[in-house]
Amino acid sequence: MSTVPRSQARRQPPVFLAELMAWIRAFGPYRWASGRLKDWGVTGRTLVIGTPYLWLVLFFLVPFIIVLKISVSDIRLGMPPYEPLLHWVEHQVVTLKINLGNYAFLFEDPLYRNAYLNSIWMAATSTFFCLLIGYPMAYGIARTSPSWRNLLLMMVMLPFWTSFLLRVYAWIGILKNNGLINNTLMALGVIDDPIVMLQTDFAVYMGIVYSYLPFMVLPLYANLEKMDLTLLEAAADLGCRPMKAFVTITLPLSIPGIVAGSMLVFIPAVGEFVIPALLGGPDSLMIGRVLWEEFFHNRDWPVASAVAIAMLVLLVGPIMILQYNQGRQAGAHR
Amino acid sequence: MIGRRSFLITTLMAFGFAFLYIPILSMIVYSFNESRLVTVWAGFSTKWYVELVQNEQILNAAKLSLQIAAINATGAVILGTLAGLALSRFRRFKGRTLMTGMTTAPLVMPEVITGLSLLLLFVAMEQVFGWPAGRGMTTITIAHMTFSMAYVTVVIQSRLSSLDESLEEAAMDLGAKPAKVFLLITLPIIFPAILAGWLLAFTLSWDDLVITSFVSGPGSSTLPLVIFSKVRLGVSPDINALATIMVTIVAIGIVSAGLYMQRQERRRERDIQAALAANQ
Repeated sequence: MSTVPRSQARRQPPVFLAELMAWIRAFGPYRWASGRLKDWGVTGRTLVIGTPYLWLVLFFLVPFIIVLKISVSDIRLGMPPYEPLLHWVEHQVVTLKINLGNYAFLFEDPLYRNAYLNSIWMAATSTFFCLLIGYPMAYGIARTSPSWRNLLLMMVMLPFWTSFLLRVYAWIGILKNNGLINNTLMALGVIDDPIVMLQTDFAVYMGIVYSYLPFMVLPLYANLEKMDLTLLEAAADLGCRPMKAFVTITLPLSIPGIVAGSMLVFIPAVGEFVIPALLGGPDSLMIGRVLWEEFFHNRDWPVASAVAIAMLVLLVGPIMILQYNQGRQAGAHR
Repeated sequence: MIGRRSFLITTLMAFGFAFLYIPILSMIVYSFNESRLVTVWAGFSTKWYVELVQNEQILNAAKLSLQIAAINATGAVILGTLAGLALSRFRRFKGRTLMTGMTTAPLVMPEVITGLSLLLLFVAMEQVFGWPAGRGMTTITIAHMTFSMAYVTVVIQSRLSSLDESLEEAAMDLGAKPAKVFLLITLPIIFPAILAGWLLAFTLSWDDLVITSFVSGPGSSTLPLVIFSKVRLGVSPDINALATIMVTIVAIGIVSAGLYMQRQERRRERDIQAALAANQ
C-alpha cells in the first residue's frame, strides 16, 4: 500500500496548466477576442473543427481545382506559363476557353500511355512482393513473446524513420557494376563479368519493395496482433492441421490488414519519382517521373497538370477502398 | 502450442529483417572506407566525416532543414491535434466525411501531385493577393504542414479513440468547461502521442524531397535537395557519412523512446496491481 501514494502523486493534474489558463483568462486581448467571437456565434467547437478544416480546404482541396483548371488551359511563354481560362471581352462578356488538347495528347502519345500502364504494373508487382516478404514478418512479430515484440517492431520502424532518399541511395552502392552484389559474386567466382542491375527495371522493383516494406508490415501486424488465438485452438482441437487453419482462419481474418497494407504501398508507388530517377534507366518510365520531366525540363505546366489529373483518376478507386477499409476497421473497434 | 512461431516463419522473418538492414549496414561500413571508390575497401578512415563537417553547402542546407522541420512540426501538431479532436470527439458535423477524406488522402497521395498542386496554388495566390511573394521557406513550411498534419491527425485520433472518455465526462459533470477539460485532463494524457506526432512531423519534413522541389525557390535548398543533386552525379562517400550520422540519431531516438514506453508500461502495471491490492 505504501507504494501507491508516490506514483499517484506523480499523476496529479499539472497545476501549472490551471495557473496558465487563469492567467490567459485575465489577459486583456484574450477577453476581447473571446467576447467578439461569442458575439459572432463562434464557439470553441467551431474553432476546433474550423481551423484544420479551413487549412485543409485551402491547401489541399483548392489546389486540385487549380490543377484541373490549368490542365485545360493553353501553354504560353512567360510566368505563369499558361493562358487564363476566362477572357473578359469589352469588360462585359466573359468567354470560357477550354482546351482538352492536353488530355488528347496524353492518349495519343505512346510515351504517356506506356508510362501510365507501366506505373500501374510496376506498382502492383511491387505491392505483391511487399506482401510476400511482409506477411511472414508481420505474422512472426505478432506471434513473438511481448518483450521481443517491441524490439522487432522498433526494428521495422527504424528504416521508416530514416531518410527515404538515403535508403534509396544505399541501393546504388549495392546494385552497381562494381557494387556489393557484383563484387561478392565475382570474388566467389560465381560470375566473371558483372551483372548489369543498376538502371534497370529490376533495380526499381528492389527500390520500391525495400522502401515501402514497413508500410506493409505495420498495418498487417496491427491486424494480426488483435486476432483471437482461441479460434486457432478450437480448430486444432477439432483436428485441423496448422496449414489449413492458417488458410481457413488466419488469412481471411487478416484481409483488412492486407488491404490496408497493399493500398498504402500501391498508391504512393504509382506516382513514385525518386526511385525510378535514381535506380531506373532512361527507359524505365513511370508516370511520376514523366510529370516531373514535363514540369521541370519542358516547363509545360498544362501537360504536367493533365498528367496529375490522369494519375488522380487512376488512384481515386484505391483511395476509396482504403478509406472504406479504415472506416470499417475503426467501426469494428467500437 | 498455438500461436508459437514455426521454424519456417522464423527463417522468413530473418530474411525480411536482413533485407531491411543490409543496405543500411552497407552505408555505415562504406562511410569508414578510405577509398573514394566507395565499394572497394581500402582501409579504415574517418576522413569523409571530416570532409562532411567542412562542407559549407551541406551545413547550411542542414540548418535550413532543421528550422523548417521544427516550425513545421509545431504547426502540424497544433492543426493535427485539433483535427484529431474534431474527428474523435464531435461525432456529427457538417462535412465530416470530407474532413476524414482530406486527412487520409495526403497520407497516400503521390508526392508529385501534392507538390505540383501546391505550387500552382502558390503561383495563383501570388497573382491574386501578392502573397506569398516568390517561393522559399514560407511556401516550403506551408506545404510540409499540410501533409504532415495528416500524419499527426492519425496518431492523435487513434490515441483519443482508445482513451477512456469517462474521465472527461466526469470532469464535465463536475462543472469544468470543455476547454478546461481539454487542458487539464485530455492534454496531459495524450501528451506522449503529441510528442510522437511532433517527432513524426519533424522527420517527414526533414526528409521530404519531391514536394520541396516544387515549392522551393532560389536560395532555399534544403538538405534533401542538396543530397539529391549530389547523388544524381554518382555515389559519394561523404553522403555515406551523413547517412550514418542520421541513422545513429534515429536509432538512439527510437531505442530511448522504446525504453521509456516500456518503463511507463511497467509502472502502469505496478500501479494497477497496487490499486487492486489497496482495494482488497
